[in-house]
Amino acid sequence: MQAAVSPGPGIRLDLVLVPTLLALAAVIGVVEAARSPDPLMVIQAWTFLACLLGAGVWFMKRYGGGIPADEAGAYQNDVVKAGVIAAMFWGIAGMLVGVVIALQLAFPATFSFPDLPYFNFGRLRPLHTSAVIFAFGGNVLIATSFYVVQRTCKARLAGGAWPWFVFCGYQTFIVLAGTGYLLGITEGREYAEPEWYLDIWLTIVWVAYLLVFLGTIWKRKEPHIYVANWFYLAFIVTIALLHVVNNLSMPVSLLETKSFSAFSGVQDALTQWWYGHNAVGFFLTAGFLAIMYYFIPKRAERPVYSYRLSIVHFWTLIFIYIWAGPHHLHYTALPEWAQTLGMTFSVMLWMPSWGGMINGLMTLSGAWDKLRTDPVLRMLVVSVAFYGMATFEGPVMSVKAVNALSHYTDWTIGHVHSGALGWVGFVSFGALYCLVPWLWKRERLYSNTLVEWHFWVATIGIVFYITAMWVSGIMQGLMWRAYNDYGFLEYSFVETVQAMHPYYIIRAMGGFLYLSGALIMAYNLWRTIRGDVREAGAQQIATAPALAVQGAVS
Amino acid sequence: MSKKDVDQHSGTETTGHEWDGIRELNTPLPRWWLGIFYATIVWAVGYWVVMPAWPLVNGYTHGVLNHSQRADVAKAVEMLKASRRASEARLSKAGLTTIQNDPDLLQFAMAEGKAAFGDNCAPCHGSGGQGHKGYPNLNDDVWLWGGTLGDIQHTITVGVRSVSPDTRQSQMPAFGRDGILKDAQIGDVTEFVLSLSGRSADAKAIARGKKVFADNCVACHGERGLGNRAFGAPNLADRDWLYGGTREDIRSQIELGRGGVMPTWGGRLSPETIKALAVYVHSLGGGE
Repeated sequence: MQAAVSPGPGIRLDLVLVPTLLALAAVIGVVEAARSPDPLMVIQAWTFLACLLGAGVWFMKRYGGGIPADEAGAYQNDVVKAGVIAAMFWGIAGMLVGVVIALQLAFPATFSFPDLPYFNFGRLRPLHTSAVIFAFGGNVLIATSFYVVQRTCKARLAGGAWPWFVFCGYQTFIVLAGTGYLLGITEGREYAEPEWYLDIWLTIVWVAYLLVFLGTIWKRKEPHIYVANWFYLAFIVTIALLHVVNNLSMPVSLLETKSFSAFSGVQDALTQWWYGHNAVGFFLTAGFLAIMYYFIPKRAERPVYSYRLSIVHFWTLIFIYIWAGPHHLHYTALPEWAQTLGMTFSVMLWMPSWGGMINGLMTLSGAWDKLRTDPVLRMLVVSVAFYGMATFEGPVMSVKAVNALSHYTDWTIGHVHSGALGWVGFVSFGALYCLVPWLWKRERLYSNTLVEWHFWVATIGIVFYITAMWVSGIMQGLMWRAYNDYGFLEYSFVETVQAMHPYYIIRAMGGFLYLSGALIMAYNLWRTIRGDVREAGAQQIATAPALAVQGAVS
Repeated sequence: MSKKDVDQHSGTETTGHEWDGIRELNTPLPRWWLGIFYATIVWAVGYWVVMPAWPLVNGYTHGVLNHSQRADVAKAVEMLKASRRASEARLSKAGLTTIQNDPDLLQFAMAEGKAAFGDNCAPCHGSGGQGHKGYPNLNDDVWLWGGTLGDIQHTITVGVRSVSPDTRQSQMPAFGRDGILKDAQIGDVTEFVLSLSGRSADAKAIARGKKVFADNCVACHGERGLGNRAFGAPNLADRDWLYGGTREDIRSQIELGRGGVMPTWGGRLSPETIKALAVYVHSLGGGE
């Protein structure tokens, strides 16, 4: 194993480069902390240095006494374990912030904090979206991709210490972005709020991630590349491209936080939504389809339904998704021809998206009975059902006539959350429930009953959430466009807000239930890691054989 | 490496590869899936033919229909205006009292007034005109600048302490902040003002306050504190208080002399809309 990552005997290049990179970053951090006239930059610099110090101490502990024994193992498991724990932590943090902002919308007088600007809605909202998408979702993607690429390539993760750099660097990005939002630092670009210096840092981390992933595929011992890895690779490459282009900007000064976009006007809007929609397409769809393609066949112990479908829907999805962004800008200053392209490509995207759903659901053929007994598999399958629903609703909403009603309303929020809570959340939970016993070498989860509880509490939460947003969104859209017999608007804006109040309460309840489910899961996983078992009996279906496979190679 | 097994359950061949125990079936593409996919492509191409779709070097393909979203909007706005035109013309000519006595015109004015109120006035005065501390309640009988149709129309047109040269203007001095009165004097005059609305207070302080009031406040608020609409000076003897009626509120108002700004709507809303607003506000409950 050693030979694959070292340029010569004795010296490991990764053990020179990673500390050098961290040291260089620390020098820049010190300069910013010492010289910046911008108090916010000084806080960010100190936070950065604290994160780097943590990473440095960790590296010293791991490599200070020579190469740790586990580096000779077939697979790198520890970095995946770290990712699983980080995902759980950030997931709960992000969902908690989501419940807080839902309460702020439902009860603005009670949950506003006029003396604490850090906690106003405008700062907490990006904290919520970034925490659940990039901190939770991102850690799930990095952890599962590191797990899956090793198993399906029969090769240890490439790069030696680099996967650890990816992990630590990514957490550093999350901490700085999140604390930055609370301090009021933002580019004002939805889902791309971090400022220029964090964009550069994330680019470095992301390139390292890409190289680790590609390096592992490069040294694979399987002749073919498994479909999950195509999706992971498409996700990593495209996110790099989207991130770099959308964040092209000019800093006011190298010592200050603020920067200004390279684009302006409608070009800026289109660049932003080219990024924004493809963040959904490649981060939240392609990446999580990769998870689906490994964990569902693995858990169901059935072959993937159709290899041909996986190829065709992969390439059509990749090719078509990238065009769909303009549907976020219907009926705006965006030229009509661009709106047309956004809409038609979104509609053509329907079947390529559903290809993944068909492959996910039909893989169960021959194993449907397992849904009754295995709540983890049920969670994975329900996630695919939500995926199918959201990817049908999306093309429908991109049709201009529908969008004229749905745009700017809560319907959009409902749509996003049926995808986020139902698809991304559930497929991630399913993967984490699989991974924890596999990684910590436990025979089974602490409690299947608690998984049942998680499943039902979260499902009811989702139903509350999305039905409330459908009703409130469609009502809001209809109220906005209602004219009376005399040709005047029937409702003022504030009347539409008043009408939404009950639905905002239901939404907050739904979010609270979903968060409760995640807490049940965290408890269950923690007890599993400790090695506890709550229930006797042999209900555990898929874990044991999977463990056998695992045991054979590690 | 590859031996093409047949999956027992489905009877379908696998591709012969296996990754970490996962195999893949060689199932053909579902026909319905492919059919719908092709149908969406055909539909998309058809849409491109008839509608504006592809960018060119100078311009774009306009499509067979040569459709224009902007023209659609202009047409819709024009249709809306046309549907209001006859009534708007009558509103334009009619006097305010005529509007009130013509049921058809009144309904039209009320519809327009309600819509305009929701968009322009509700943020300060509340969606039902109920007001808020510092923002007058429009439902009651208390009017700083008069509550007739004409008064209301004028106030909306010119605003209060606004940038309009004709604005309604008044300024209560900040007796405390600007050092016009001493602390004790402010306390005394607060007691006197409380006594005007019949609230029990310290008799000696009232006596002292009465003198302070006479020297400083009478010019606008009148000898018995009944106010004066010419200056927008509120009645101090009633139960209605713009900045609150507790002892602390009154004292604070004497110290700071707050006065809110109402914008001038003359240049922003049409005279017809302002008329409609006057009729609507008048109808809220307190019109004179």
